[in-house]
Amino acid sequence: MRPWGDEAPFFDTFWEEDMTKTFKALMMGGAAALAMTGAAHADAHGDAITACLITKTDTNPFFVKMREGATEAAEAAGINLQTYAGAIDGDVESQVAAVETCIAAGASGILITPSDSRALAPVIGQAREAGLLVIALDTPFEPADTADATFATDNFEAGRLIGAWAAATLGDAAADARIGLLDLNPSEVSVDYLRDQGFLTGFGIDVMDPTDIGDETDERIVGNDVTNGNEEGGRTAMENLLQIDPSINVVYTINEPAAAGAYAALQAFGLQDQALIVSVDGGCAGVRDVAAGVIGATSMQFPLRMASLGIEAIAQYAEDGSLPENSEGLDFFNTGVMLVTDSPVEGIESITSEEALELCWG
Amino acid sequence: MADQNSTSDRDFESVLTSSDTSVAEFEDSHRGVVGTLQHVLHGNPTLVPVIVLVVAVLAFGLIAGDRFFTPFNLTLIMQQVSIIGILAAAQSLVIITAGIDLSVAAIMVLMSVISGKLAVELGVPAPLALLIGFAGGIGAGYMNGLLITKVKLPPFITTLGTWNIFFALNLWLSGAQSIRGQDIDATAPLLKFFGLSFTIGSARVTYGVLLMIVIFLVLWYVLNKTAWGRHVYMIGDDKEAAELAGIRTDRTLRQVYMLAGFICALAAWASIGRVGSISPQSFYEGNLESITAVVIGGISLFGGRGSIMGALFGALIVGVFQSGLRLAGVDVLWQVFAIGWLIIIAVAVDQWIRKVSA
Repeated sequence: MRPWGDEAPFFDTFWEEDMTKTFKALMMGGAAALAMTGAAHADAHGDAITACLITKTDTNPFFVKMREGATEAAEAAGINLQTYAGAIDGDVESQVAAVETCIAAGASGILITPSDSRALAPVIGQAREAGLLVIALDTPFEPADTADATFATDNFEAGRLIGAWAAATLGDAAADARIGLLDLNPSEVSVDYLRDQGFLTGFGIDVMDPTDIGDETDERIVGNDVTNGNEEGGRTAMENLLQIDPSINVVYTINEPAAAGAYAALQAFGLQDQALIVSVDGGCAGVRDVAAGVIGATSMQFPLRMASLGIEAIAQYAEDGSLPENSEGLDFFNTGVMLVTDSPVEGIESITSEEALELCWG
Repeated sequence: MADQNSTSDRDFESVLTSSDTSVAEFEDSHRGVVGTLQHVLHGNPTLVPVIVLVVAVLAFGLIAGDRFFTPFNLTLIMQQVSIIGILAAAQSLVIITAGIDLSVAAIMVLMSVISGKLAVELGVPAPLALLIGFAGGIGAGYMNGLLITKVKLPPFITTLGTWNIFFALNLWLSGAQSIRGQDIDATAPLLKFFGLSFTIGSARVTYGVLLMIVIFLVLWYVLNKTAWGRHVYMIGDDKEAAELAGIRTDRTLRQVYMLAGFICALAAWASIGRVGSISPQSFYEGNLESITAVVIGGISLFGGRGSIMGALFGALIVGVFQSGLRLAGVDVLWQVFAIGWLIIIAVAVDQWIRKVSA
């Protein structure tokens, strides 16, 4: 692994013969920029460490908050932070290019939310061979040990909290609850089944296979439908479940936009007071929906903390080579989850929507 | 030519009543039942989706039982398909010209975000915010049309590009954040107008559904009863011939894309009512869903053939399948599977009908 500074002259001589003036000027500019990166790296050997943050996109408020946390932590630790993002969720090529750039830039570590849990494995392997610490944020790799560590929300716990809250809120009526489950999409990715099965576990329902959504036989479950995690999908899915059984009184949703769509459907059916909606995320719009009574309770995740803890881990690794350790009993480092509700129940720690507005992302 | 069916007072014509009264026609004695069917379908391309729709409704009525076959559920299906239906109307216009518009849903979502931002967050009066949305939709369509007719890019490439451009603008403007329904109710309830409904018995009809039907009726009239509409079909059938016949094809094409853009902006207004909030993440695959409705509706992707009404029936068929399979307890992935087969069968039938020979 060499700084870019060494390679700049190579580009120069290689292209000299048949380049147009304009193109040459552009290349020179590029070479100058590369040389500067090299210079920055030379500094890195003195005091500053370089770290990279690669997110799925740079528009989603969740990742915006993540970048905010990383930037703050990097400034505090005197780390030089470079940030990259794909154009859309699923843009693997951009992420591969970003990892390669980070290796070339001589970074000490990479924080990445992989757009594809499997496809990035080869380039992540290259990064680790080059001696970089790689930490997956929010989305684990498959297998999880593709990266050195994973800093993520315990999605099963996030689901379990809202399930337990819903059961405690209903009290004895939980025994005859009518439950509708609004999941993500037909692929049943890990975040989808972890939240869904966590909710059912918290509610006190046997989930059978804990990686399979919809194999449950408990008669309180009316059905599952998919929402794509947005309002339009949430509304259509809720309508479909209400057509199967209009007496649904507990609605689990994969995230807060889906919850807002479900509420719109219940409202159109005139049933908004009959059902308890629970969700996961802790986005500011979702927290405001808790305050407005649209959502009964939501589990908040902490993207800012994921990123700031990640930067601290890279600083530690650069200093003495020590690797972050997983939380007890989990194959990742749990960055925490907090129940947000304005109707707290005994035995489950929670914060109010007002307190949550201070902490929410987006 | 004299009208052979009319009777006359004159004696020498009286014998005509006993003579053959048929007009000259092609010999079709060699055609069997299948061939006759092929001919009938060639003359009435909308017949296939209508038959499929009726059969599907009856079949799911039997399979999924009472819950499916209620006025409430049947009107709910119409609500669920209304947005994709309106987009399919815009898509049909473009596909009839042998083009394709991958940007329809992106234009719609972008315009809903623009109107919403202006009305809810910047305090612009709702009617003005909607008008700006309409102008934006027409402008987006004009951009597509200009790239296709002036820069001579294929419609697929043009709209593939603008789809990404409009989607990125939408994410940038909205910050990927939804505008909450409660905020719209408080500041600009007009934006949710098409979500309002009235009931007839247990059937519930939203204004959004009415909008969809009106758009289809108006487009049907325009395409079939006006010179402009016939020009649109002719361009799709044979652009060179249309040009030689004196039609200003490029100008008409630009108008088609602008009209499609305007319809997308109408869909934007309707989508706010339907979804209940303004969601930049919704309808990401609305373009493909609209093409699905058009294709299942029997409109030829090769242009120049098919009735716009087919797209309405196509959208309804998709909705009926989704609702019916859902109520029958079929897993979501099998719904996707079924829609896939519907598309393939629809295009195969279209190809077969096109092979019709005299």
